[in-house]
Amino acid sequence: MSWRRRNLERDAAREIAAATVDDDRPMDPGALLELQNLCTTFHTDEGAVHAVDDVSLRIRRGSTTCIVGESGSGKSATARSIIQVVDHPGRVDSGRVLYRPSPDGAVVDLAALDATGPGIRSIRGRDIGLVFQEPMSSLSPVHTIGDQIGELLELHERLSPSAARERVIDDLRRVGIPRPEERFGAYTFQLSGGMRQRAMIAMALVCRPSLLIADEPTTALDVTTQAQILDLLAELKQSLGMTLMFITHDLGVVAEIADDVVVMRHGKVVEQGPVDQIFHDPQHEYTQELLAALPQRGAVTVTEPEPAAAEPERPLLRIEDLEMTFEAAAGTLFGRRRTERVNAVDKVTLDIPEGSTVGLVGESGCGKTTLGRCVLRAYRPTAGKLLYSGADGRVTDLARLSEKELLPYRRQVRMVFQDPYGSLNPRMTVRQVIGEPLRVAGLASGSELDGRVEAMLERVGLKRAMAGRYPHAFSGGERQRIGIARALITEPRLVVADEAVSALDVSVRTQILELLAELQGDLGLTYLFISHDLSVVERICDQVAVMYFGVMVEQGPAEQVFADPQHGYTRALLSAVPVADPRERGTRSRVAYEPEPVA
Amino acid sequence: MSTDQLPSQDVETPGTPEAETGRDTADVSVASQRQLIWWRFRRHKLAMAGLWVMIAMYVVTVFAGFFAPFSKDTTSADHAYQPPQLPSFSFSEGFYVHPTTGSTDPETLARVFEEDTSRVVNLGFFVRGDEYSLLGVIDTNIHLFGPTEAGERFYLLGADRTGGDLLSKIIYGAQISLSLGLAGVAISLVLGLVLGGISGYFGGWIDSVIQRIIELIMSIPTLPLWLGLAAAIPPQWGPTRTYFMITIILSLLGWTSLARVIRGRLLQTRTEDYVLAAKLDGVHTRRIISRHMLPSFLSHIIATVSLAVPAMILAETSLSFLGLGLRAPAVSWGVLLQDAQSVQVVATAPWLLLPGLAVVVAVVAFNFVGDGLRDSADPYGRKTT
Repeated sequence: MSWRRRNLERDAAREIAAATVDDDRPMDPGALLELQNLCTTFHTDEGAVHAVDDVSLRIRRGSTTCIVGESGSGKSATARSIIQVVDHPGRVDSGRVLYRPSPDGAVVDLAALDATGPGIRSIRGRDIGLVFQEPMSSLSPVHTIGDQIGELLELHERLSPSAARERVIDDLRRVGIPRPEERFGAYTFQLSGGMRQRAMIAMALVCRPSLLIADEPTTALDVTTQAQILDLLAELKQSLGMTLMFITHDLGVVAEIADDVVVMRHGKVVEQGPVDQIFHDPQHEYTQELLAALPQRGAVTVTEPEPAAAEPERPLLRIEDLEMTFEAAAGTLFGRRRTERVNAVDKVTLDIPEGSTVGLVGESGCGKTTLGRCVLRAYRPTAGKLLYSGADGRVTDLARLSEKELLPYRRQVRMVFQDPYGSLNPRMTVRQVIGEPLRVAGLASGSELDGRVEAMLERVGLKRAMAGRYPHAFSGGERQRIGIARALITEPRLVVADEAVSALDVSVRTQILELLAELQGDLGLTYLFISHDLSVVERICDQVAVMYFGVMVEQGPAEQVFADPQHGYTRALLSAVPVADPRERGTRSRVAYEPEPVA
Repeated sequence: MSTDQLPSQDVETPGTPEAETGRDTADVSVASQRQLIWWRFRRHKLAMAGLWVMIAMYVVTVFAGFFAPFSKDTTSADHAYQPPQLPSFSFSEGFYVHPTTGSTDPETLARVFEEDTSRVVNLGFFVRGDEYSLLGVIDTNIHLFGPTEAGERFYLLGADRTGGDLLSKIIYGAQISLSLGLAGVAISLVLGLVLGGISGYFGGWIDSVIQRIIELIMSIPTLPLWLGLAAAIPPQWGPTRTYFMITIILSLLGWTSLARVIRGRLLQTRTEDYVLAAKLDGVHTRRIISRHMLPSFLSHIIATVSLAVPAMILAETSLSFLGLGLRAPAVSWGVLLQDAQSVQVVATAPWLLLPGLAVVVAVVAFNFVGDGLRDSADPYGRKTT
């Protein structure tokens, strides 16, 4: 065993020595990592896709460098190229990845190393750590957290298992995992999302790398958890003297943590510079567009005309004491079965005034989606009322109607889905998708139906000729427009938008929000806007309701809730939202919310 | 360090329909799902080869009388265990073979064949030979290839124990072996659709009961069960009735995996957003299933079916091989292989194993097609490499 390991180490050293660069194009002395004309190409049957196209960038030692870009901009591919873990058909074609582990040490060209050789393997994990976006799938489900982290120590530092255990527990404590001795033996699924990401960070840091590459490490997390992870990364970077390369699409996060920013688009670097310059004096027009598309939460108070001035005496929909309980069978294979009741929505009361936009915010699992689906009667509420005022002034309780009685209301209350990919049937043309509700109701057919569908397509900013296409021919933003067209084809009064813009890139998101606002003005729509993104909610909503574990903790006019939150949870939520202005950094203190134990 | 290759959403990966089909975006954007699948399938070389082999086999099977040089029942005691004859060619005679006479060596008891080089059996295309009825309606005696003189014998792939032409028998045997695969799977599919559909759609205790039944059936060792059921077929039944019984027995045991696939697909599709969207559109349940859900997993069912056919073919072959399925005079590949049961026969007449080769070719072709279909059934899925 040990001679094999010695051999490996010798091979690694030899390979790294071979990749050591004599300074023909010298590396900046202050830089830890420098990419020179890096090209990574995905060679497919159909030709090459240049995911990383002639990228040159520099990461200063001890800095936090953020790589920003929308989906498809090649930011992840760049990060993966550095340590040569590009997905299958991809390959680093040309360019250099210069890496200087110590300030006065030799410079190694990582791109010259064999992608599966001992050289790069000795660097991955030991000198360069990686944190991925989805901690659930990047940690092995069949090994305990401790074993996975300990393996690194055994591989790279040749610690004995017991010494490794000590170090791992220390590190787990360092990343803020409570009771690390117990968690050492925990499996991935036993931890929450935030805890998993902490474990992932502990794993990346256990060998004390000089560079940590974090690829969207907070994107899958709730905003409060995200704030904690960002704080943790900043603190660890300080105490361990690391350099951090942070990949994100969220400019708010960038403003919170970055020293330097690299903006990428279509595999190319469009602009790089210090964070202050990027945010306050962007040179490239794409950067300017990105910043303009950004909802400026807290920075600028958007004064929008308030059409819903006079509160109508009867709201369009009054949700009264709504309860939704799910029964989940728990228990072990041979143990006694017991049914656990989960109160997803617990006695929620909410008024949705006609013509207004009501925002429903909360973190994942708080029951906001369940509430939305109850309103749509996709679920049958366990208790409570959904009092809907029809156009003729009659009030109906939607909660108790049968499927058949619901049919007319299905056309008046419509939904826009989150996922623009999953919500359109791939086997149907756009014409069929949008026309379906009218067709099944027998409201229109033949050329009349086609005419209405095409008019609606135009209304949402698509072309009439697109009606014959299948959903796969559209981009995410266009699909979301199709989803909106489907919701509006029945001339509804209330539209439930469940995270309708969460899956979209920033620039597309702005367009969709504008479209929604425009349609609201023209058609007199009422929106129930469900979102975890407070900046979006603040921008478009008149009323805001905050949910926490199935309970509505606060509701009121948007300005009031955002300016003067009453409930502790709302305050915590607001303080966790990153502000997209680096100059505001550190001006606010984070509020943590610890719910009082419920009796 | 886990260097899991996460599906990175940031890269323009080659999973787009454009990249997979090699067509213009304009074409692809109006292409239906079926066209996308077909385009992708066409790029799958092995599957295309399999498809051609499959088509060729079924064409030959349907027009078996025409493609086979002889009828399956003509025998010639003189030519028992005649080895394969390779046609020679000369400009004066065209294709020909020399006639042989076989005899048993009195000492070794081995069959010896003497070629009579003074005479020739002329071979030709579109010759008149044994009577047969094409597709069961047209009575004719034209064969694609054979001796020009009716009554002459010629063995391209050798002869069996009774001196019947093995090539003809393999072609006629394909009629039963290949059609039984299709018929068996058709019955299985109906059973699987109904039971899997009920199981997946209703869920709850119905689902549990059906799933337990499936597990029970799957847990019984198949061969003894087939044997038991096949042994229950009365031996005096004619070939047609036996054939149907065998088909039914095989499909009664073969529907389980299909039912599972259908149930799984149904459960998966049920949670798709577009199904909820259809529900919120006011679409009633029957239409949701038939118009929204069924099309989305139809291609997967077709792929599963094409992978189930070879299993049926193999099952029939094994049963007949063991003498418990079809029996002579019915001809199927399994029945033909019965002759090759003893080592001695295989040693002296190895060409009797050729029906086995036919089974292998058919099964491999089906599997290639099935694999190709499964890969292309999901135009958005990334190719697994």
